[in-house]
Order: sequence, then C-alpha cells, then structure tokens
Amino acid sequence: MSSKVIHALYDDDDVLLNAVKEVRAAHHHIDEVYTPFPVHGLDKAMGIPPTRLAIMAFIFGVTGLAFSIWFLNNIMIVDWPQNIGGKPSFSFLENMPAFVPVMFEMTVFFSAHLMVITFYMRSKIWPFQTADNPDPRTTDDKFLMEVAVDGNEDALIALLEKTGAEEISVKEKH
Amino acid sequence: MGHYEAPIREPIITGDKSYHDITLDVAAPIEGKANKSWYIAFTIALIAFLWGIGSIAYTIGTGIGVWGLNNRINWAWDITNFVWWVGIGHAGTLISAVLLLFRQKWRMGINRSAEAMTIFAVFQAGLFPLIHMGRIWNGFYTLPVPNPLGSLWVNFNSPLLWDVFAISTYLSVSLVFWWTGLLPDFAMIRDRATKPFQKKIYSLVSFGWSGKAKDWQRFEEVSLVLAGLATPLVLSVHTIVSFDFATSVIPGWHSTVYPPYFVAGAVFSGFAMVQTLLLIMRKVSNLEDYITRVHVENMNKVILVTGGIVTVAYLSELFVGWYTGSSYEDFVYLSVGAATGPYWWAFWSLIICNSIIPQLFWFKKIRRNYIWTFIIAIFINIGMWFERFDIIVINLSRGHLPSSWTQFSPTFVDIGIFVGTIGFFFVLFLLYARTFPVIAQAEVKSILKSSGNNFKRERDNPSAVKTEVKKEPVVIKQEIVKEEKIIEKPIVDVDDKQAKTNSLLESLGTFDAAKDKADNLKKISGIGPVMEKTLNQIGIYTFAQVSKMTNKEYDLLDSITGSFPGRAQRDDWAGQANKLKS
Repeated sequence: MSSKVIHALYDDDDVLLNAVKEVRAAHHHIDEVYTPFPVHGLDKAMGIPPTRLAIMAFIFGVTGLAFSIWFLNNIMIVDWPQNIGGKPSFSFLENMPAFVPVMFEMTVFFSAHLMVITFYMRSKIWPFQTADNPDPRTTDDKFLMEVAVDGNEDALIALLEKTGAEEISVKEKH
Repeated sequence: MGHYEAPIREPIITGDKSYHDITLDVAAPIEGKANKSWYIAFTIALIAFLWGIGSIAYTIGTGIGVWGLNNRINWAWDITNFVWWVGIGHAGTLISAVLLLFRQKWRMGINRSAEAMTIFAVFQAGLFPLIHMGRIWNGFYTLPVPNPLGSLWVNFNSPLLWDVFAISTYLSVSLVFWWTGLLPDFAMIRDRATKPFQKKIYSLVSFGWSGKAKDWQRFEEVSLVLAGLATPLVLSVHTIVSFDFATSVIPGWHSTVYPPYFVAGAVFSGFAMVQTLLLIMRKVSNLEDYITRVHVENMNKVILVTGGIVTVAYLSELFVGWYTGSSYEDFVYLSVGAATGPYWWAFWSLIICNSIIPQLFWFKKIRRNYIWTFIIAIFINIGMWFERFDIIVINLSRGHLPSSWTQFSPTFVDIGIFVGTIGFFFVLFLLYARTFPVIAQAEVKSILKSSGNNFKRERDNPSAVKTEVKKEPVVIKQEIVKEEKIIEKPIVDVDDKQAKTNSLLESLGTFDAAKDKADNLKKISGIGPVMEKTLNQIGIYTFAQVSKMTNKEYDLLDSITGSFPGRAQRDDWAGQANKLKS
C-alpha cells in the first residue's frame, strides 16, 4: 500500500460529481471529499451508506416518551396522589389528558438533543476540535477529492486531469 | 446540468453571484468594522436594556406592587409581553423548519436571521415568567427535582408548568438547530480569518467542521429530522401558551379555538417582526442580493394567510359568543361589549392593525414594496401586542361578578420592563449581525445554480453561455520534490532572473524580516503551498506586497516562475490581498 494521496481540487460541484463517478468507475478508492456545501447526490456517487441518525432519533423519542410516562405516573399517581382542583389522581389514564403536553415536550426534547449529540460524536465535532480540511478554500468555493494512490501514480494523475481538476497535488499521507 | 427549474420562478439570488461572491458578502460584516449608525443603534438599545434591568431590579427589590396590577387584573403587561415575545419567536422556527419540510428555497436567504430572532425573542419571553413571580428566588421549585421536603413535587396539571417544559424545550431545541446550521458557516469564517484572535474564536465555535461528504450527509439528515421535530414543537409551544388561558373558566378565555388561533397569530406577528428586521438588515449589511423582493413578497403572502386565519378566529369568537347564549360570553373579548366598553380603543386598534391594514397585501404593488411592507409590519407588531392585551386585560376587567369589575393602568415599571426587553432584544440582534454569518451561506450556495439570476439567464438563453476557456490543471508534487529542486529547477538564466526579481521587488517593496511579519499567503485563492514558497524565494512575504501587483508585475512574476501563466491575474491576487491586508 502506497503512503501517498492525491488531492484533486475542483471549482464546480457538477464537475466534482462527474469526477467522483469517473474515479469510482476506474476503481480507485476515494478517501474523502471536502465540499463547502452539501452537494446533492455526492454520497450516492461515492457509495456512502445512508445514515442511521433518523432511526436513532426515533429510538431516543420513544425513550423520552417512556421516561415521561414513568416520571409523571410516579409523581402524580404513585408518590402523592392528591386532589388538586378535582382532577382524578387514581390512575394514570384518568388524568392522562393533563399529562399529554409534558409527554409530548419530553419526547421532542430527548429525540432532538440526543440525536444532535449522536451526530456530534459520530462526526467528531465538538468545541476545541481542530478542523482537518486540508485546504482552507474547501469551505469557501472549492471542492477537494482525496484519492489514495494505489499502483500507477501518473495514470491516476492523468485520469484526474481529464476529470477537470483545477489543481492536483500529490501528498504524503498524514 | 441537472438543475432544472420552471422558468416561471423568479431568481432569488441576484447580482450574478459566484460561490466565492457569496462567501465575501457573508463574511464582509464580520471582517469589517461597525459603522457609526451601528454604534448609535447599539447605544440606544443598550440604554433601553439598562433601563429595563433597573425596572426589573426595582420590581424584585420592592415587590410586584410597583406594577399596575390589582386584585382582579393580576395578569397584564407581564403576560401580554410574554405571549407577544413567544409569538414573535415562532416565525423563525416556521421559516427554518416548516419551509424546509416544504422545500421552499427562498427560506435560505432569511432563515439564519429568523432563527436568531427566535432565540433572542424567546430570551425576552423567558424573562417574564421569572420576574412576574412574587418570590422569584423560589422559582426553582417549578422544577421536579428530588428534594429534602419528602421530595415535594410539582403539579403537572397546571399549564404554567407545561409552559416551563414547553419554553425550555423550545429554546434549547431552537438553539441546537441554529448552532448546527451555523457550523459550516463558522468554518468558512474560520478558514478566512486573518486575525489570530478571530481565528481562535471561530475555530472554537465551528467545532472543527471540515465539510466531509459523510458529515454533510448526516448534517442534512439531522436538519431534516430537527425540522420534523421543530414543526410540531412550534405548534405545541404556542398551543401550551394558549392553554394558560384556554383551560381557565374565565369567560372569553375558556375557548377551544385558542390553540390554533394563537399559533396562527404567532406566525402572523413573527413574520411581521422578521420583515421589520430584515428590511433594515438587507440595507445595512448590503444583503440586497440575497433578501430580495421575492422574499419580501413571499413573507407578505404568509402574513396575508395567517392574518386571514386570525381574522376568521376573531369572527368565530364573536359568533360563538353570541351563539352560546351565555350572557357572560356576550360582553367580553371580541363581543359588542368589548368594542364599546372602556377598552374600546384597544379593541379597535386590534381590529384595524390585524384584520384591516394587512389586507392591503392583496395588492401586488403593495406587497412587493419595501416601504409599504415595513409600515404594515410595524402596524401588525402593534396590533398583535394589543391582541394579547385585549385577551388578557379585557376579559379580566369584567368577569362573572360585577362587584369586582375594575380597570388596569400600567405604571412606569411595567413600561420600563417592556422597553427593556426591546432594548435587550436589539442589543443581542445587533451583536449577532456583526459577529455571526447572517446568511446561511452553505445553504445559499447549494441553491445558487437553480435560483441565481445569472444561472437562470444562461439556462433560458443557452446561446449566451460564454464558453469557458479550458484551464490546464496544475499538478503539484510538493512533499515529494526536495526543496532544493524547486529553487534549482526553474532557474535557467540566473542573472536575468535576478534582474527581474529586483525590478519586481522595486515596485512591490522589499520585505525586512526584522521589521515586518510574513503573512500566510495561502489565504489568497490561487496560491497554494508551492506558490507561496516560490513567492517567498523571490522575496514576497506580505499581503501588502501582493496588493501592489498590477499587470506589469503579474507578467514579471510569470516570467520568473515560469509556471501558472496568467493565473495571478485571473484570480486577482492583488484585490484579494488588499482585502486580507487589514
């Protein structure tokens, strides 16, 4: 395995998308693509599997709902079953309508926050994290494709040149 | 290429923008200095804020009795302002969440500021439930936390407690939604920052965002799911706020139409506030190309729809008040009694500002006019304040028992706190406008090709597309090539090169390592690490030097380096360096 990577810089999202397809068709491994904005269809073109964050959000929401039911039942029905303004406190279901607002809010709260935290952990983004985009221009208007050099370097460069890259640089893998 | 859009749609980004232009426009207010009018506005807001703090301190120190409340009317300006501010906040979430679910591209120019407005408005709203308490220092008892009083819990039957959950969930979810959307934009500022302090701050707040393909995939999924969660949230929050009134037994409050009607009113007033702010902001921050007439018109259409819903609700309240046959319902809130009683002026302000004036937006000329929009938006802000005032105060002033009929008049403390929250809101918003990317640039860039006026023009008229000159790709094999090689290789005629270098430095000025500080020339788009090295070998180290380059110097540079002919000129290094210099 070679220790080199090639950074190909593009100045257009459509050109990049075609380049990704061509490089994949030529069976080169694309290590990473850095873009300044979401390029629709890029994950499909790169063959990245879909994210499961939405599934997690659902599970977190169910957790929040379950927690709120336990919580409200424990406080209002089990611990101090008091008569407050004639509201029935004999069972959870009897007073359930009054619990709906809080149950709903807690479902949303758990689902939203835990999903965002999951996203931050999975993508390794949090305060004091240093950015690792290799070129500062990739957050402005350039698109960078990082391809592992595997075999013939010059052939790969020639291929990338053909895909419309604006700048191609060969680097040691960090 | 794959960006089909119906020709009937107007462009929502004007000014022939490229991706880089968007970056520059969004970064400009942050990288530049505040002007005099900003400082004037900020000072006024700050004074109002300080006055508000004084009023709050006076209230807490002396007691709620310093307000104009009485035994019967025990909610007035405090809760009026609370509901007003919460309502204002709702438009931000509507724009960022509901319009995302409906795939409305025009939301992208305005969503960042609308969300900022949400968060700052909810801050103001959140103050009132606290300061209207008689014993604010016991406020933490609203939280169901295990405690030594046998674990004395809260009562989950009260809408005021639901409010605690609703508002805190709403604020926290809006905040993470907003912040997650900000990460790519902060990263853009971080990568452009020239001052070390600025760089440090934006590195911290951008959480190390690098724009990887997988991160973007997750980012979009998170945005979509958060939008899906925020939409019911925004409906539920104002619904819960409306429960404060709707679940009571007070005639005029006890009404099942309140939840949807409050939400419609919130969107109505929120959009009016967005208009008020953005019409100023587009001028002050030079964002006329991103917040266009189309945006203003679309928002006015939303105002028209929600204003219509609110008016229907008024009419249905009036109808039901009559239809119910209850003599109590007949003279409160929107009934004949309210229109002719002691609060007739508040009642008619509400009808005129909310139901009559916004109808002017049916006229295309008016809803596409910035000045008219601004004026009508101000009227709606006033009208929606009166709506809450009317609901709360008129209904409390005349209840079941005529012996407790009374009236309310605010004291200077009531007014001071309200003015203070307006000041605080603008303090936050003005600071935001100078430090945050006020346009979601990453999102705007993603719709540029479908909605930019230049791209639309080219699509409508394919023959006008200028054929781009195919640029030769630049191949750099930096790490591999030894440093000496770079110096040695291009030098053909050492003397000739030296002469050219001297004449180049003559016009650009020399760099004195002892006196000057070298800049990071890689910040200039078009200068990579190798080019920087080459420039350094020639003796060019600073932005000040690069900024002096003209066509003559570009040619000289090309002949010295022998690589990238015409590159510097095309990328306008001098222009870029000039901006970076400061």
